[in-house]
Amino acid sequence: MRERLLLGNEAMGRALVEGGITLAASYPGTPASEILAAVAAFAQETGAKLHAEWSINEKVAFETALANAMCGRRSAVAMKQVGLNVAADPFIRAAYLGVTGGFLVIVADDPGPHSSQTEQDSRFYGMMAGVPVLDPMSPREAREMVHQGLELSERYELPVMLRPTTRVCHARQNVSLGEVAELVRPARFVKDPGRWAATPLFVRELHRRLNEKLEAVSREEDFAPECLLGDGSRPESCIVASGVAAAHALDVLAELGEAGRVDFFRVRMPFPLYRPLREELGRKYREILVLEEPGPVMELQLGLPGVRGRRTGEVPGAGELTPEVLKGVLAHFLGLGSVEAAGPPAGGTRPTLCAGCGHRAAFYAIRETFPEGIFPSDIGCYTLGLNLGAVDTCHCMGGGLSQAAGFYHAFAAGGEVPPIVATIGDSTFYHAGLPALLNAVFHRARFIVVLLDNQTTAMTGGQPTLAVGVTAQGGPATPIPLEDLIRACGVKFLRVIDPYDIPGLKALLTEADAFCRSPEGGVAVIIARHPCLLDRRAGEGQPVFRMRVSETCIGCGHCLEAFECPGLRWEEAEGRVALEAVRCVGCGVCVHVCPAGAIEAEELT
Amino acid sequence: MKQQIIVSGLGGQGAVTVTRWLGEAALALGLPVLTSETHGMAQRGGTVISMVKVGDFHGPLIPWGTAEVGLFLHPGNLAVHGGYVRPEGVAVVNTPAPGPYLAVDGLGVALREGLRPVAANLVVLGYAAGRGLLFCEAGLLAEIIGGHTPEGHREAHLRAFRAGVAAAQEAGG
Repeated sequence: MRERLLLGNEAMGRALVEGGITLAASYPGTPASEILAAVAAFAQETGAKLHAEWSINEKVAFETALANAMCGRRSAVAMKQVGLNVAADPFIRAAYLGVTGGFLVIVADDPGPHSSQTEQDSRFYGMMAGVPVLDPMSPREAREMVHQGLELSERYELPVMLRPTTRVCHARQNVSLGEVAELVRPARFVKDPGRWAATPLFVRELHRRLNEKLEAVSREEDFAPECLLGDGSRPESCIVASGVAAAHALDVLAELGEAGRVDFFRVRMPFPLYRPLREELGRKYREILVLEEPGPVMELQLGLPGVRGRRTGEVPGAGELTPEVLKGVLAHFLGLGSVEAAGPPAGGTRPTLCAGCGHRAAFYAIRETFPEGIFPSDIGCYTLGLNLGAVDTCHCMGGGLSQAAGFYHAFAAGGEVPPIVATIGDSTFYHAGLPALLNAVFHRARFIVVLLDNQTTAMTGGQPTLAVGVTAQGGPATPIPLEDLIRACGVKFLRVIDPYDIPGLKALLTEADAFCRSPEGGVAVIIARHPCLLDRRAGEGQPVFRMRVSETCIGCGHCLEAFECPGLRWEEAEGRVALEAVRCVGCGVCVHVCPAGAIEAEELT
Repeated sequence: MKQQIIVSGLGGQGAVTVTRWLGEAALALGLPVLTSETHGMAQRGGTVISMVKVGDFHGPLIPWGTAEVGLFLHPGNLAVHGGYVRPEGVAVVNTPAPGPYLAVDGLGVALREGLRPVAANLVVLGYAAGRGLLFCEAGLLAEIIGGHTPEGHREAHLRAFRAGVAAAQEAGG
């Protein structure tokens, strides 16, 4: 059997192709982004025929994939945890109606969090909806669970959730590859309005049947926990663990010299929890340590007096369960005395926008033009505008535009409205900004939108947006230009500018503000367009200068504080700013930033 | 054979690449391996750490103070991640400045070879291999780099790696 070193996400993508899915849909989101890309790559590598797409958002991705599974064909949808918040509407309904082809819903949680705006436990969605949840502890197991999940989904005609976390998604492991299944399944949609269009009258019966399915799934021996019995030296204690927490716990137990001493139940399906397990634990053990993350899903289902976990304070209620944290938890539980809780100190270098990023220029212009402005923003690379003091909120996808309208109505009530400048990225705008913009125009809110258009979905790895005419599989797509959409939203002030032109953008912002406050004013939109420098295509047309900080520099530090480009640094020995040659890309924008005119850009011939 | 290696740097320095080659080396030797990486924010110049665990492990994270080897692409990261390396372990640091670690001027070597600054990551990897610190030989890593790198970059990447190995031999590897 061939083995390859695969990321957890790649292993899941490979397994989906092997499992014979014919439709995979996703929206990029760390730590799930590589799954869809892997499906497309492995489909191409193996010649498997399937439709893989970067959908406009997770709700649309889910609904699209669902319909394929309503036709007896295998489907998958992949997203990060907050993406399930977006897809929650079709997800919860889908459990009642079920599917006829296997449907795997891959939702990646991010304990920590490392790259997310919440630390939610998406397994609770499974519990709420009535969808079984599989919790892999390694890339290899994630791959196996794709196959098991698709099979379980078809057996019960129920979507199944696969819930990896960051340390599975972004871990690499040697994994065997399997053969690609050749499932010949022409689409077959059997009309059944009592199911597929179930009105309230039918929902109660569907709910009853769903409950029956879950009861049966909870007794599935194939998904019973793995029992690693100890040597009997600790007969009244046991550990119940799932996911990466289980993996770390096993490593830590070995480090503590406790391997194989205490009974260890490694749960693979945290919801619905295996029925016989609860009965057995209640009978045999006085102390049951539950290790899972990020929430107490198994803990709550067990509900036994001997359970020790988040609700009893034995396990921290926030933050990742790293090996260091688990060492302290396990040492305490096993009565080994207190253990030195050592780990990396706080600190390090914070992330910042890349040198030459158009967003930096845009944020600088916004902040300089409106020092007293309110800046609702959104989710993407541009959230790093925080470093430039130009991001006041980043609530959720598309939230910034709705908040801008809300801020307007709040201040307009008192008569004095400060400048409100909302920033949103191009991919975010397609994802969720459209309805917010329509609503704002309709309700006659007045604020400026700077749409930061770098023509890609940058933070997650440069996936194409709807403005780009190419699909996830490299095929042709119909691009939908932003300008057309914005005009269709009824916006009366729409301009496009390259944010590198800081003086031009400042003037435009002032003009936009005047428009907002004029009698016929409303929402003003400025598209600040400059391609992402990490995009290979950005090379064409990107200016490159030889930059120099001259002796005219007065060491005021304005460029470092207000512009914060990694291409500039403080030279302690000379008490002034110097070029950081290794990081500078020669974009020339900082020329507009120095109040003393000390930065020079020389054209390269 | 068990070895735990951390690769610490700033986003964009190529820590993930180094991690991947070490992982591929373990695979080639038939050794079980688990690695962990930082994505997303990683390209944006923030502090990142990747980990390589060769041997029979369950989880991909290396506990504090247990790594045998630490590769530091950014010297400033020693203050944050240095403690991952066990007291008897070895840190290899991308810096010309001497200290309580093995120093290699990865950036200097890369630039002398006419390569881009980011190639310092492969110089550091070559140095560590050349000093005999790793579970795998330099020769195997060179094969892996050559076999997995697209033709347009292959020669440059191998040059960086070999320059690191040469620097190690000069230093008495």
